[in-house]
Amino acid sequence: MLNDIQKHILEVVSGMAADASGAINIRADGKKAYRSNTPNVQIESKTDKDGIDIFVKPHTTSDHVYIPVVITEEGLHDTVYNDFYIGEGAVVTINAGCGIHNCSGCDSEHEGIHTFHVGKNAQVTYSEIHYGEGEGEGKRILNPQTILYLEEGAKVTLETTQIRGVDDTKRYTKAVLMGDHAEFTVQEKLLTHGNQKAESEMDVVLDGKDCRTQVISRSVAQDESTQIFYPRVVGNNACFGHVQCDSIIMGKAKVRSIPEISCNHVDASLVHEAAIGKIAGDQILKLQTLGLSYEEAEEKILEGFLR
Amino acid sequence: MLEIKNLCYTVPDGNSQKGILDHLSLTIPDKRFVVITGPNGGGKTTLARSIMGINQPTDGSILWNGTDITNLSVSDRAKLGISYGFQQPPRFKGMRVRDLLNIAAGEDLGHDVACSYLTQVGLCARDYVDRDVDGSLSGGEVKRIEIATVLARRSELMIFDEPEAGIDLWSFARLTETFQAIHDKKESTIIIISHQERIIRLADEIILLANGQISDRGAADEIYPKLMGMTVGNCNKLEVNQKC
Repeated sequence: MLNDIQKHILEVVSGMAADASGAINIRADGKKAYRSNTPNVQIESKTDKDGIDIFVKPHTTSDHVYIPVVITEEGLHDTVYNDFYIGEGAVVTINAGCGIHNCSGCDSEHEGIHTFHVGKNAQVTYSEIHYGEGEGEGKRILNPQTILYLEEGAKVTLETTQIRGVDDTKRYTKAVLMGDHAEFTVQEKLLTHGNQKAESEMDVVLDGKDCRTQVISRSVAQDESTQIFYPRVVGNNACFGHVQCDSIIMGKAKVRSIPEISCNHVDASLVHEAAIGKIAGDQILKLQTLGLSYEEAEEKILEGFLR
Repeated sequence: MLEIKNLCYTVPDGNSQKGILDHLSLTIPDKRFVVITGPNGGGKTTLARSIMGINQPTDGSILWNGTDITNLSVSDRAKLGISYGFQQPPRFKGMRVRDLLNIAAGEDLGHDVACSYLTQVGLCARDYVDRDVDGSLSGGEVKRIEIATVLARRSELMIFDEPEAGIDLWSFARLTETFQAIHDKKESTIIIISHQERIIRLADEIILLANGQISDRGAADEIYPKLMGMTVGNCNKLEVNQKC
């Protein structure tokens, strides 16, 4: 049974309603708390290490998978390996994410290593939210890794969001588009404040012919927080890739953005854009003419930017 | 009623000060439709921005419905029923057209009402209401959305700074109908900075501003022929210092 704090965190990180249907695996404080399968989605515990294998049958249509992680035990260092096997032609939405509630003086840490094997023409929407809360001195640390292998015609959209509360994060995402016509879109949203530190590293490798990728990163760094981004795309075939990193910097925050595009084929077309700057004064002014105060205008601009 | 008394606005110019508004006084009664026109650099935009509170005048005062608003913030003036359409509106990454309209209205307008404001500025609402107000929109599209946000405020005083700039002929025709409709319903006082004949002809009153002062004012029927006469005839009245 989950307690109220765990239920609250669960709702924030997975968007799971109480009556959510689909395949579900809830991990609380390093242990399986709940699991349900569907005819098309089977979740099995690993036998060699901590974690689960998720099997989605070929040609599954519109199934939903929830695999949230909740940590409320102080000082817990939890590492979990989740492997997804998405069958040919399956269409599936997966909600993951991790929330830490830490009121103690000890650090709480979660490392989620997710590996996706996406079959031919399968379509996956993968959404993960990382969230921290609690007033303790102990840090809330989240280090997610997401590794994806896409076969011919596979399409994956990865939405990763971390808004407030996580003191330290080092995230790594790698997508290898092995088959022709595969598509990978990643949308990263990040907000840090206080003394938080965030580092995000991405490698997208376009091996198949006519593969496409779009890497969109939007971040807000407030107070004295620091952020570093390393989005890298490699084109090894006729392909298209677009990297767009936008950051809003506030207070005494620091942001580094180091995009890298590498073309190893004459028909590879890769573009990158990176911009870091404070909120434009004319945007604030416009919203003030609509009746908002300076603070309200700032909040609306950030809300839209990270939507 | 809007009362402007002895308004001055100066900017540094080398070692001296350059006057943009020079002891300008003006009263605009409620529900009037006034067009301010005049040469570039004459002080039109500075006057409009001073009424909204974006520019702080160096001297003089502004009264709105009897309240001295000279030292009020932009937000406070907005709350008192003053709105302003920027000549070059900003873009927002991630903010949708419907978000801006909802902020302007101070409530969730709902789909149909939000769309009605876009229709009034000649935009096909269905195509725009969920789009981001970002670099994917053309200058003319952003400008029309800007005007829609002012309409959505339904404020007592609406100020538009060159609403025609960047807008195509067909949308402009729709826009003039919208200004006319607002005026016909006597919903608001409208001040438009414009050089456009079709807008000038709609006005109850034309104010000609040059060198930071009112150089002429009167009914559209009276002033417009003078403007045309001076332009088409021997000298352009709109030129700075009345030099050809």
